[in-house]
Amino acid sequence: MLPEMSPDKSVFHCLKNDLSSHSMKPQNLLQPRPAGLYCPPGDFYIDPVRPVERALITHGHADHARAGHGHVLATRETLDIMALRYGTDFARSRQAINYGETLTLDGVGISFHPAGHVLGSAQIAVEKNGLRIVASGDYKRHPDQTCAAFEPVRCDVFITEATFGLPVFVHPDPLQEIRRLTASLTQFPDRAHILGAYSLGKAQRVISLLRTSGYDTPILIHGALEKLCRYYEGQGIDLGELEPATVEGGLADRAAGRVIVAPPSVFGERWTRRFADPLNVFASGWMRIRQRAKQRGVELPLILSDHADWNELIATIRETEAGEVWVTHGREEAIVRWCELNGIKARPLNLVGYEDEVE
Amino acid sequence: MRDFANLLDRLVLTPSRNGKIRLLTDHFSSVRDPDRGYALAALTGGLDFPAVKPAMLRTLIGGRMDEVLFAYSYDYVGDLAETISLVWPSTPGEETPPPLSEIVEMLSTLGRAEAPSVMAHLLDRLDPSARFALIKLATGGLRIGVSARLAKQALATFGNKDIGEIEELWHGLEPPYETLFAWLEGEAQKPVSTAKALFRPVMLAHPVGDGELSKLDPADYAAEWKWDGIRVQAVCEDGVKRLYSRTGDDISGAFPDLLSSFEAEMTLDGELLVGNPDTRTGTFSDLQQRLNRKTVSKKMLGEYPVFLRCYDLLQAEGEDLRGLPFIQRRAALQERISGLSQDRFDLSPLVDFTNWEELDAKRRAPPHPVIEGVMLKRRDSSYVPGRPKGPWFKWKRDPFIIDAVLLYAQRGHGKRSSYYSDYTFGVWTGPEDAPELVPVGKAYFGFTDEELKQIDKYVRDNTIERFGPVRSVRAERDHGLVLEVAFEGLNRSTRHKSGVAMRFPRISRLRWDKPAAEADRLEALTSMLED
Repeated sequence: MLPEMSPDKSVFHCLKNDLSSHSMKPQNLLQPRPAGLYCPPGDFYIDPVRPVERALITHGHADHARAGHGHVLATRETLDIMALRYGTDFARSRQAINYGETLTLDGVGISFHPAGHVLGSAQIAVEKNGLRIVASGDYKRHPDQTCAAFEPVRCDVFITEATFGLPVFVHPDPLQEIRRLTASLTQFPDRAHILGAYSLGKAQRVISLLRTSGYDTPILIHGALEKLCRYYEGQGIDLGELEPATVEGGLADRAAGRVIVAPPSVFGERWTRRFADPLNVFASGWMRIRQRAKQRGVELPLILSDHADWNELIATIRETEAGEVWVTHGREEAIVRWCELNGIKARPLNLVGYEDEVE
Repeated sequence: MRDFANLLDRLVLTPSRNGKIRLLTDHFSSVRDPDRGYALAALTGGLDFPAVKPAMLRTLIGGRMDEVLFAYSYDYVGDLAETISLVWPSTPGEETPPPLSEIVEMLSTLGRAEAPSVMAHLLDRLDPSARFALIKLATGGLRIGVSARLAKQALATFGNKDIGEIEELWHGLEPPYETLFAWLEGEAQKPVSTAKALFRPVMLAHPVGDGELSKLDPADYAAEWKWDGIRVQAVCEDGVKRLYSRTGDDISGAFPDLLSSFEAEMTLDGELLVGNPDTRTGTFSDLQQRLNRKTVSKKMLGEYPVFLRCYDLLQAEGEDLRGLPFIQRRAALQERISGLSQDRFDLSPLVDFTNWEELDAKRRAPPHPVIEGVMLKRRDSSYVPGRPKGPWFKWKRDPFIIDAVLLYAQRGHGKRSSYYSDYTFGVWTGPEDAPELVPVGKAYFGFTDEELKQIDKYVRDNTIERFGPVRSVRAERDHGLVLEVAFEGLNRSTRHKSGVAMRFPRISRLRWDKPAAEADRLEALTSMLED
């Protein structure tokens, strides 16, 4: 338990778009520093990229959730995921916070809100003297049965991610994409379909989507996915029957016509040689661009992302009613341009350390 | 349009030939006429819509979104058609997109003036993938890695026919190929074409195998030189003239000099070469100046004139000679060739021999540098399309061989994507006491699967640096892998640091036993350059 953090009934009721009336300047409440986004009055960082004393973590992906901080505040799921990945001693102390619950830290109000990105992912709202800033972390608005849906939070300053911040990125219907995979299994029954998916979130989402589409054959999973899949199942998310992809003596027919879910880093690696004529399937928002699929040797790209696409980004910016938008990790310039065209003050944050490529 | 767009999306990312054929045959069986026929026409370059130009599409999108946002998008994607297909600001409603045939009909009657509004309306009704297919279709040049030859192979597989039959029919058919599909599905007779100057599938030879000649009687065979140009077929029927590549592509447009001098009713099989039959037979690299062009400049025609060195006669005055024995066809050819332009046509001479040893000696020391071996043809052989076993053999000059050192290895594609299977190799150059390796070529076949595994392991264990899919490998005087490289010829090259470019290089042996310092020097290669 963090001694400085105690439950508090302070509520988020203040809503103003005109920042000049606040006694607090936004950059004094949150500011980019080399270690990450820092709150001077609360003396904490959000998703710091190097070890700090107090850290608020939006979600469990490795570039946002790092080991070695003093105190960590995050949702229960994010803390569990960090413990699974780094061991239970990933920080000196840990504190869980529920969605919608408010804490105060040295006069700064803090609350976490669903981000719809992966299980446990949150946007973090920070408020002082009537000024509220929401740091979105990573988020999406497309439906996802494996995590709580994004909830827009009205704020004065909205810090948005911009991974897919270009008009070219419009993600199609996820189920329609997953059906392209089941169609390929029928068309190429003699090939093992290696489905590359990031081990936290995307992997469980594609498995869940396959089940929703009616695919009920046991799915093979790479060892790196084992713990997180079991954790998701423990949280009540149905993934159907999963089997290890690597077994003593090899798989029947070298897994021809079956789905093997694995981290995308296995593409072209020796690990894939155990399977029958592997067909690389990659579930990622980057797959919208043909050349990116081609470069990675992907034969079946599924445009399936846990990040907001262009339309979701701009819709969300509008819904937050923020008067000012700070843009981080991704295509900052296009979102900034769109904000300018729409009369919203915007600037890039230039935070370092978040991986553009992570999906 | 959905099916066509899906097909393009899959084809562009499927590296394996069999995978592509599978996608095509599935398309032909699941999509009905006339849509499948128009898809086939799009893939084989049989459609042309002059009213739609990329600049017009650029203007259309410029009026629909912020220029700066478009510029960011185009910078990122890099391909105009793809960018427009992705940023086009509309989401198609519930209505079914128009079928491919409707789009093709619409585009083919389109005038310049109405093109923008028609294209915009179509783009509004399609999803991004179908928009991409539409733009590629309308502006021409699909560039999705499917050759006309591969499409014909897929048709042959689909209908369980020989590809020769498809090639023979092909130039007499028109999109949407309904009679062709009906025949392939067994619902109609083979289409009969009244078109003139059609391609006749060519007869090909097998290489001479080890010990094979000892089983053959030299008296049964005629021999002729194998010239190093490209094998073509020249046809003239009722004044309609065509020049075809050996796979049946119509290449007439690039060789007006040859066809304008072709004044006779006949179908010739021969080698296309640069120069003049009497005075000069140019090398393959001379010929390359004339290849893969749609049209040809006057300057090019003057500097690199082509002629046909004839091997065989398939048709004369409308009479099909293919069923006759080789010797009779050859006699007919010899009789008629004098009637053709002496600057553009000559007869490839026969090579006299009485036993295989004598022919072998001639093969090893041919009288002209542009000869790459000899052909053996059974005197009684009729002209059979494809590659029948027995009647014809090719007996090539032995390849050149050098020992080179492995420098870089690149990951392969498809089945080979987990292997480093494309190799850049070099030879020594510079002073004897401080030599350096200079790259001289790249090869990705010639080795067995077992050898591939060994090289792959060597590459992984000896990597110095990685650049994306490429690894540079340790290559020093006392540490390096020596590859024996076989190749067919050597050209001067200004594009390569070494100044030479190999033709058809392949790995012929792995020389694990040979120290890298003993690999060849560049001088060994430059001395092989002709002239």
